[in-house]
Amino acid sequence: MILYFLTLVLFVMGVYCLIAKKNIIKKIIGLTITDYAINLFIILIGYRANGIAPIMFKNMTMQELTERGVDPLPQALVLTSIVIGLGVLSMMTAICLRLYEKYKTFDMSEINRLKG
Amino acid sequence: MATKPDLASSQQPTGMTPIVKTVVRFAIGIIFMFGWYIIIYGHLTPGGGFAGGTILACGYVILTLAFGKELALRKMSDMAASIIDNTCALLFVTVAMIGFAFGAFFLNFPPHGTPFNLVSAGVIPLYNILIGLKVTSSLFAIFLALSIFGRFVSKLVDEAEEEE
Amino acid sequence: MTMQTIYPLFTALPLAAAFFNLLVTKINKKAADYIAFLVTAALAVMAVLTIFEAPFAYRIGGFPAPWGILLISDGLSALMLVIINAIALLSIIYSIKYMTMYTAKPKYFSLFLLMLAGMNGVVITGDLFNVFVFLEVASLASYALVGFGCEHEELEASFKYLILGEVASTAILFGIAFLYSMTGTLNMPDLARQLEVLGINKAVAFVIALFIMGFGLKASMVPFHAWLPDAHPSAPAPISAMLSGVLIKAIGVYAIARVMFDVVGPNAMVSSILMFLGALSMLVGVFLAVGQSDFKRMLAYHSISQMGYVTIGLGLGLNPNVPPVIAAMGLFGGLYHLVNHAVFKSLLFLCAGAFEFRTGTRNRYEMGGLIRKMPVTSTACSIASLSISGVPPFNGFWSKLIIIVAFIQAGYYVYGAIAVFVAFMTLLSFIKLQRFVIFGQLPARFANIQEAPFAMTLPLVVLAILCIALGLAYPYLDQGALQAARAALLDKVSYMGFIIGG
Repeated sequence: MILYFLTLVLFVMGVYCLIAKKNIIKKIIGLTITDYAINLFIILIGYRANGIAPIMFKNMTMQELTERGVDPLPQALVLTSIVIGLGVLSMMTAICLRLYEKYKTFDMSEINRLKG
Repeated sequence: MATKPDLASSQQPTGMTPIVKTVVRFAIGIIFMFGWYIIIYGHLTPGGGFAGGTILACGYVILTLAFGKELALRKMSDMAASIIDNTCALLFVTVAMIGFAFGAFFLNFPPHGTPFNLVSAGVIPLYNILIGLKVTSSLFAIFLALSIFGRFVSKLVDEAEEEE
Repeated sequence: MTMQTIYPLFTALPLAAAFFNLLVTKINKKAADYIAFLVTAALAVMAVLTIFEAPFAYRIGGFPAPWGILLISDGLSALMLVIINAIALLSIIYSIKYMTMYTAKPKYFSLFLLMLAGMNGVVITGDLFNVFVFLEVASLASYALVGFGCEHEELEASFKYLILGEVASTAILFGIAFLYSMTGTLNMPDLARQLEVLGINKAVAFVIALFIMGFGLKASMVPFHAWLPDAHPSAPAPISAMLSGVLIKAIGVYAIARVMFDVVGPNAMVSSILMFLGALSMLVGVFLAVGQSDFKRMLAYHSISQMGYVTIGLGLGLNPNVPPVIAAMGLFGGLYHLVNHAVFKSLLFLCAGAFEFRTGTRNRYEMGGLIRKMPVTSTACSIASLSISGVPPFNGFWSKLIIIVAFIQAGYYVYGAIAVFVAFMTLLSFIKLQRFVIFGQLPARFANIQEAPFAMTLPLVVLAILCIALGLAYPYLDQGALQAARAALLDKVSYMGFIIGG
């Protein structure tokens, strides 16, 4: 339970960083932190006390694997989610660089041409 | 935006101190070997195309950091990275579509299923290798685009505006 | 070869073409145009063929249902596929001329095809995590396309859209993880079966809240709408048409409808939330739209308002407390309006793009009298304006009428009155648009402009004809594709049956 709680704390920290900070680099960091909090949460779903990696070894029976192996699906999901997170992160950084070239600032409150 | 910037004109010192260079020279082979190991054994042990490809891309990034961009770009230029990237993605979809001929999309059509045997997983190692190459090249291309070409972009944009 | 054997091509083909495009460009600069056109044309034909197929499920990799990924084709999927791919084809034809205003055209086509692959993927898949993955593919491509011009405003809009879109994606992923931890499955028909047993407990209610926030943000319902009026006008015109016309429906409304109707099932709580959000969207969107001077920005606000009609219709369809006939009528109105909105809103955005292409401005107070110089574009724009404001012979009138009648019959008089009021406000707003853009005094500096090129007027004419045809063909739609789409949403049992059939 404490692990879930810590994940929640991480998530809330990310959301705080995303909302309260004006620097767009810090916003990106906040968003990434929330992303990883969710990833940790998914990993925790597959957690199992005294679990082993869900890989078959030569001297192992099928029963032992099903009894002790952790759920492999959340790990696959997290891998996919990390890949997507990487794509999003590089997209954000690229836009951030371009924004800096145009506005010469990282302060979100000065990037305000769109109104209405 | 798509044009290649003039690298020779930049007045950056290339690479880091000899200590770093020596260490990287020792480590780089091991890094690449480890990356390929992760890719090729992806269907038997933890890892796979993405993890191994990230390690390989990190190898290229270390090369760039230690020896400067000229050497890294000689090993893999931005053009080559883009071509490998697209070709691997295209081949991946094509291999998946070959499955149609045998009954279903993404079907693992070659004979497969012997446990503990390296070449018994059908097309999965092929997918892993393609993904590994794609991740290597695209991560390195992203790194190049963000780090090296970033400072040229404003110059390029100015030039493009002058041309228009 | 039937559609049942090649169904995955809806995502595989645009995906492959997107990468192939970038390779071929290194040899021939022109090739990207033709590849994009051929692929979207093939997809549009395939989508039309899918409508005539009976519902089926496709196993990816041949794995049976709860373990492998299922692709599901039923009435709603087929309808969405037709809308998506038809608008995509017309946008591609339009882009071939329009995108000469920008550089790096092949990259534009690649991103476009990636976005198309993502949207098709969301619509055809039967796996909840797959929905998330394809949604991210479509969203990532759309972030890049919004900022494609790389000017101050475009980058700013793109960044805003990116941050808010990613917050939505995080919420959706959180919801999916929660559902998985409860049920141990991600297959949507299987989830529907498991939730039938579980019932709506507090955890499921939390997941529903996360999904309404996440998908609602992607569909820009009102408390979550802040990004849309920035993002949609900033994109190039064909992309605005795709985003407003298709993307917010495919990854927002479609996903909500699929999850709420087929996985969760009719539910009074969700129904009242959706109806409230829909009514709020209609009102706020239309009030903000009236005062806008930017042509495309005004259209973007109208998108929010019109999507409110779709949401409110879906909300009534979910309501278990009204008679099933009336709920079905509300749902039918919502789906009908979804189709109509896709047609007339993309037409309006394409018209705005054509005006901008020739006059170089998007400020509607600077234009005027364009019907004398650009008759085809202006006529198409008028037809779309009449359509969106619900003037009788056109399609918008019928769908709004059905929704309003359904709400009056269900006893929700306030929502019915709001729908009528918003229709009048929309009419007011578009009469103002006509007055300033199409009629009135032609400014002297536009004395020499010409009609838009053929490749740009052809999609406009096709869409304008569709606007009229969908309105006149209303009696036949009751038995056709729309009926199948409605049946797909209302019949939860047969959706659960896909797990056996697949």
